[in-house]
Amino acid sequence: MREFDLVIVGGGPAGMAAAVSAKEHGLENIVILERDSELGGILNQCIHNGFGLHTFKEELTGPEYAERYAVKVREMGIPVETDTMVLDISADRVVTILNRGRGVEEIKAKSVILAMGCRERPRGALNIPGYRPQGVYTAGTAQKLVNCEGYVPGKEVVILGSGDIGLIMARRMSLEGAHVAAVAELMPYSSGLKRNIVQCLDDYGIPLLLSHTVVDIKGKEKLEGVVIAQVDEKNAPIAGTEQFYPCDTLLLSCGLIPENELSKNCGVEIDPRTNGPVVDEGLETSIDGVFACGNVLHVHDLVDFVSEEAARAGESAAAFVKRGCTADDTAAIKVIPQNGVRYTVPAQIHTADLLGDVHIRFRVTGVFKNCEIVIKAGETELLRRKSRILVPSEMLDIIIKKDRLAGVSEDITAAIEEV
Amino acid sequence: MYDVIIIGGGVTGCAAAAELAKYRLSVCLVEKESDVCEGTSKANSAIVHAGFDAEPGTLKAKLNVRGNAMMAELSQKLDFAFRNNGAMVLCFEDSQLSDLEKLKEKGEKNGVPDLTIISGDKARALEPKLSAEVKYALLAPTSGIVCPFEMTLAFAENAYANGVEFRLSTEVTGIEKSADGWCVKTDKGEILGSYVFNCAGVYADKIAEMAGIRDFSITPRKGEYMLMDKDAGGTVSRTIFQLPTKMGKGVLVTPTVHGNLLVGPTAENIDDKENTATTSQGLAEVRSKSALSVDGLPFNKVITSFTGLRAVGDTHDFIIGEAADGFFNAAGIESPGLTSAPAIAEMLRELLSKKTDLVPKDGHIDTRKGVVHFAALSREEQNALIAREPAYGNIVCRCETVTEGEILDAISRPLGATTLDGVKRRTRAGMGRCQAGFCSPKTILLLKEKLGCGIGDIRKNGREEVKDDA
Repeated sequence: MREFDLVIVGGGPAGMAAAVSAKEHGLENIVILERDSELGGILNQCIHNGFGLHTFKEELTGPEYAERYAVKVREMGIPVETDTMVLDISADRVVTILNRGRGVEEIKAKSVILAMGCRERPRGALNIPGYRPQGVYTAGTAQKLVNCEGYVPGKEVVILGSGDIGLIMARRMSLEGAHVAAVAELMPYSSGLKRNIVQCLDDYGIPLLLSHTVVDIKGKEKLEGVVIAQVDEKNAPIAGTEQFYPCDTLLLSCGLIPENELSKNCGVEIDPRTNGPVVDEGLETSIDGVFACGNVLHVHDLVDFVSEEAARAGESAAAFVKRGCTADDTAAIKVIPQNGVRYTVPAQIHTADLLGDVHIRFRVTGVFKNCEIVIKAGETELLRRKSRILVPSEMLDIIIKKDRLAGVSEDITAAIEEV
Repeated sequence: MYDVIIIGGGVTGCAAAAELAKYRLSVCLVEKESDVCEGTSKANSAIVHAGFDAEPGTLKAKLNVRGNAMMAELSQKLDFAFRNNGAMVLCFEDSQLSDLEKLKEKGEKNGVPDLTIISGDKARALEPKLSAEVKYALLAPTSGIVCPFEMTLAFAENAYANGVEFRLSTEVTGIEKSADGWCVKTDKGEILGSYVFNCAGVYADKIAEMAGIRDFSITPRKGEYMLMDKDAGGTVSRTIFQLPTKMGKGVLVTPTVHGNLLVGPTAENIDDKENTATTSQGLAEVRSKSALSVDGLPFNKVITSFTGLRAVGDTHDFIIGEAADGFFNAAGIESPGLTSAPAIAEMLRELLSKKTDLVPKDGHIDTRKGVVHFAALSREEQNALIAREPAYGNIVCRCETVTEGEILDAISRPLGATTLDGVKRRTRAGMGRCQAGFCSPKTILLLKEKLGCGIGDIRKNGREEVKDDA
């Protein structure tokens, strides 16, 4: 059985950054397993720009951003096995993989980093009534068809959900000559970034219908149109507001789901709020030596945050292997999301042996204006930060200095206080 | 000139084709869609019913029990997924015990073995998630579950292997008596045959009408369903029914052979034979009624919803018989039609044998091998397969672990898939929790390559488009 110090599942931005960091922190025997035929993951289909402002201080396209890391991976001599699917990860870190050349193979890992990314919520999970014709795509699937296969699925488009991929695709479809009639969003606010609303909808005159949803899909074999209705405060459609939009394409951008089937089979504890693993400050899951980062952990809006997070996972995995693959048995305090905070990553912190400053990442439960983010350990305030506006579409990243946390024994709370 | 023309490529027509293919007959099956299993057969509860529902003495009763008894062996020979998981019929009032007893008596009259009535507590001991409101349950150990797509395809492929000709994307537009049989007119020309089997599902009345037979009508009865993630598949192990009503067997909760959880159907008689749309009211009804049987159903794990149309005849029984000289109906095949399909096929063959001598065919192949399911193989078998054909080492559908090899097989085999749904029904690619978001671009490319067309020509399902040359 082949053995590795670190097996990284997924060669997207998270997997690549984790590999680079692990190598930098002294691990030699690393492998990245990627199911596609090249590194880059979903970035390869994101041909728009706007990536890398934090990491590289410049605006790159998705493939360019991916290439920066792929070059590092190559230059550092980190082995990559592409066209390789991971079928199973056991709790004792035996990883079962499949590829054309080697068939099904088991490999042994001293540590594992989960970097599988996420998938899109499909139409079925949204319970949209109506027919099931051709012409209904998740936004990412359409993005792949348009950007990678050069096939534009339709001419008259409606988009449900204002997630970032949906907004990006509104612009892409417009640039490809299609007409985007509207973007309907169930919530009273968009789940996409402000800049995307401006650059992808406003600039193209595409209306964003907040508090609206698709209530019927027409057309038996091919999509003929959708019925959009306004919804009330409980998200229930309001009778009499229905409007028919003829279209041949409906794109869905209604949320991303971390892809944790492998994690679950491995026995990794999953947080029902993030649908990602419960991790500590080193991004270690409930299974010793198994770490998680990127969209498999919680859905990010910026790839720069993914890379930074993944680098910490790589550092932690290196530390785990170097200390002899023993579990961190020191006491952990909890990080508890409170008023206005939907979840936190990490969910717990081992304050006795911190590798560095601790990032607490979270999303808010709704739109908050003129408010303060308050982080406490017991009754002691660790941080209070004013904010003009907080929205659920933007992940927040709060850094608590290592020395503020060292030895803290009371649970930490994260909350939004309205001023 | 064929001996027999079968109209309809659903489970009834395909089972009949496989049955007739055992004899020295020339048989042609005509189907308006581009694939078999595109109507009622693809959207139903997928239950192999024990047979206690039907009124004793009816064809439904007889053919259901017979079909049930045939299923295990057939599933082995023709390689389709079947599991004898047992069923329960629940009642929620002490006063309904007598109804349950009547159902049991009916079942016994129909020849259903091993029916027992158990207390609510005993039922919950067997199925811990059952509602505390359950007072009694009828336990039917011979009930089962099946993959309706695989079953229909298995019959079709076996029939094809034994010489039945399939004319897909061919719609029957008229039927006339000819000198020595029947002339079936289609949008692709006329087909002549000595005998016609009408297995046209919700359209069976229209087909019969074309042949001048107007003594029955078929009402589509809409049934809406929700299918849940495999995470929820273990919620119950048996098929859980509620006491039946005159509109059918009520809303059930059942595992599927592939490990998902299925809840539904509603029952609404409609006029439109094409109306397979789901509705918010229908799905709400499925939710509320199924929740009576089983506690804590995880409706946040729904991965898709769909509507099937049962072909309900106005005689309240299957309509099977010779309706005009050499014109046979197999109509009104609503539930338990899937279970009964092999028995209906036998009955049609019996009827035909009264008209013409049926001589067994030499070299008839009585087995069929379906698309290999890579995920179900042992490690050794997987590696042997990949060594022989490396395409089995490439996963295309991650949710259901379906390989490129399986998809290529599904496209290339006889009566192979030409649409995304065709691939899905043969391999399960796209049937998992992401509902084809990940695999459909890859499957489209494989279809395009194999069929030699453009991406834009790859359809999700339905009829082939007639290309406008102008």
